[in-house]
Amino acid sequence: MRDFPLFPEQASTFANQVDQLYFFLVALSLIFAGVLPFVILYLIVRYHRSQKVDRSNPVDSNLKLELTWTLIPLALVMLVFFWGAFLYVQMRTPPARTLDVYVIGKQWMWHVQHPNGKRENNELHVPIGQPVKLIMTSQDVIHSFYIPAFRIKQDVLPGRYTIMWFEATKPGEYHLFCAEYCGTEHSLMIGRVVALPLADYERWLATPGPVVLPDGTIDTGQAIVAPSIGDPMAAAGARLFTNLGCLGCHAMAGGGVGPSLQGLYGATEKLADGSTVVADENYLRESILNPNAKIVAGYAAVMPSYQGQISEDQLNQLIAYIKSLADTGN
Amino acid sequence: MSTISLPQSSYIRDNSRTFIDWLKSWLLTVDHKRIAILYLLSINFFFLLGGLAATLVRVELITPQGDLMSSDVYNRAFTLHGVIMVFFFLIPSIPAVLGNFLVPLMIGARDLAFPRLNLLSWYLYMIGGIFALIAAVFGGVDTGWTFYTPFTSTYSNSNVVMSITGVFIMGFSSILTGLNFIATIHKMRAPGLTWFRLPLFIWANYATSIIQILATPVLGIALLLVIVERVWGVGIYDPALGGDPLLFQHLFWFYSHPAVYIMILPAMGVISELISTFSRKRIFGYEFIAFSSIAIAILGFLVWGHHMFVSSQSVYAGLIFSFITMLVAIPSAIKVFNWTATLYKGSISYRTPMLYALGFIGLFVIGGLTGIFLGVTAVDLHVTDTYFVVAHFHYVMVGGTIMAYLGGIHFWWPKMTGRMYNEIWGSIAALIIFVGFNMTFFPQFILGYLGMPRRYHVYPPEFQILHVMSTAGASILAIGFIVPLIYLAISLRKGAIAGDNPWGATGLEWKTSSPPPTFNFDKTPIVTEEAYAYPPEAAERDAASWRPGSPL
Repeated sequence: MRDFPLFPEQASTFANQVDQLYFFLVALSLIFAGVLPFVILYLIVRYHRSQKVDRSNPVDSNLKLELTWTLIPLALVMLVFFWGAFLYVQMRTPPARTLDVYVIGKQWMWHVQHPNGKRENNELHVPIGQPVKLIMTSQDVIHSFYIPAFRIKQDVLPGRYTIMWFEATKPGEYHLFCAEYCGTEHSLMIGRVVALPLADYERWLATPGPVVLPDGTIDTGQAIVAPSIGDPMAAAGARLFTNLGCLGCHAMAGGGVGPSLQGLYGATEKLADGSTVVADENYLRESILNPNAKIVAGYAAVMPSYQGQISEDQLNQLIAYIKSLADTGN
Repeated sequence: MSTISLPQSSYIRDNSRTFIDWLKSWLLTVDHKRIAILYLLSINFFFLLGGLAATLVRVELITPQGDLMSSDVYNRAFTLHGVIMVFFFLIPSIPAVLGNFLVPLMIGARDLAFPRLNLLSWYLYMIGGIFALIAAVFGGVDTGWTFYTPFTSTYSNSNVVMSITGVFIMGFSSILTGLNFIATIHKMRAPGLTWFRLPLFIWANYATSIIQILATPVLGIALLLVIVERVWGVGIYDPALGGDPLLFQHLFWFYSHPAVYIMILPAMGVISELISTFSRKRIFGYEFIAFSSIAIAILGFLVWGHHMFVSSQSVYAGLIFSFITMLVAIPSAIKVFNWTATLYKGSISYRTPMLYALGFIGLFVIGGLTGIFLGVTAVDLHVTDTYFVVAHFHYVMVGGTIMAYLGGIHFWWPKMTGRMYNEIWGSIAALIIFVGFNMTFFPQFILGYLGMPRRYHVYPPEFQILHVMSTAGASILAIGFIVPLIYLAISLRKGAIAGDNPWGATGLEWKTSSPPPTFNFDKTPIVTEEAYAYPPEAAERDAASWRPGSPL
């Protein structure tokens, strides 16, 4: 009961910008909601039936007045719309270079894996001053990843990736909430976001710890094999790529049954039906689970679906691997 | 004007000799006024039930830990509160009770166009309600009133199918009421009652009816498909079965956003009547208020995506929905300004219905303005799915619809029952509700901006003080809702005889006796003037006749 905050902490680059717009809206509201009641109060007292005042020539319409109170609010809402829209586009568009972190939501916990393989449950460690991109999916129902101190949230859906990005500005520990109702322990699907200076973050990344798995258990075997932090995601993905036989068709040099995946991520692919698609995480995901949905021009629809054969966790690793090939291509 | 006894014959009296006959005469009635009374009783029953569930929720939230009940029980309590209040109280409240009673009276007709259909819609409402109650009694449902998939369609272990069936059936009741109103308003207006002579309450119900018949079927389809997926495993919403979870949200909000206007438009209609009557003046800007209802009804269909800014809907879709949402603010603002302007040079009295009307304006302004916060995309990313949203929609739905519902009940109570309620208790209750409401929901705006997510059973301790304040306000609010039940019930026996037109109001409903005869008017009225035909000197005359001791 000691704490009695009335305003949330500002800990990301968005926080101050969102708050400025918020305060502008509060100020506008005070002009309306603060002045209008006094106008009404004045009118109902002055024109109360017990008051002997001039009531002659009552008016019941006035076009100029109607236009005034139509156009001024219209101008004001357009102002806040465009202000909000520009900020919104910025909040929804990750910069080109980001630190990618993979998040899996499930009833009722968050699992996080960093590119170097480090895993954590119900916690997210991030460096400050670095744009961080979360690539999120759910194993069951819809969840929502919400960090109030960063003023950002994004629903996490089963069957697809959703993307959220932010740049933390202040070291500290912040609430992490699930904001979309997801069943019995919805209110316990919480955790903390730990923002650290870059050096501390890197030290934390490299610190060996128990390897927690998405189901909440601790992988003792892997902890012994790799006492540091587990395999980097791209390396684990490369191993999967070989073990699942992907390499048989997707030869690195090209010329295979399927297209080479070098330089694929982020590129624009031409499809058999003449349309194009940007190869983002969701495209890669779809092409693994439902390969016939989009066929690259010049190739046959022969790839089998891997739906049900690989976990979300493995899918993340495969995608991290394919993304790592982007820098090697071209 | 005033008589000393109730009229010899009215829609309430009948010649039944036995109790069974009397019961039949009510349960098989096709009189729109009796059906309105059936709705009044059943809707208020559901309101109390929903209020009970809200009490459980608010009491649990006094402490940050989950100590009163388990998470499963808490989730069922807030779902029950939401489902009952939205589908079985707010949506039918004003149209089914006041609309049913008043639409034929206000347009000088003897009944609605399809009286039997009207009775059927009450039965459908009751059957839907019984399904929802059975679902609640036998284990409850834990999906939230929004029934989001795939949680609802696949993962929830509760009485989903039963509850959804209840809402599905209730939907038909709503459609039939809308259909009936549209046909009635088009075809059964008294001679001379042109569109621009209609009371604004009729305009508002007309706009509402359009939404009811166009949007409700979409809700029905969306919910039926949830059942299809849940029972037969057909992949519609669950990606594990090949479905799309966002499809449900699109279909659901295509109904449920306009549904907010099903709640608020008739409320605005009531407020227009009250403000005009208790200012003794023609309503200011009649055409602007009338067309703003229609504008809200149309724009309301195009903003559903503003519930989905963080759902993974595309950025461009978000921007378009945000833009149209901003436009909805304008007709709402126009109404508020016109009501305020009506007060100017009026002769204002502070009777209970007027207190509710003024309270409505205050709460609706806050509800509307915070709606702009939520419609602005960048701010919504932070506050959506938090208590900010909870506070906002309670300001609009409770602060708006319930204030107007209660104001309307008090205003037309003498017409419905022939008797006056106790004015002093009426004013006290209105004041308690206004204060209690603000104490309950204002702290929730602060909670929401702090980041407190909605539907949380357990919450971080720093939010406790605001939650305690909110619960304290809710207790006051609960008292405010109980007091009218008592004095209104007492007035049925002890209230002063009202007479035909106790408020000195214009409008056809005041030209017949209170309570009205079964067929409303002895002779079909011929209308030669508009609904707010107060002569220019009406306000002056009213003020001149005021003496100390006259009602305030």
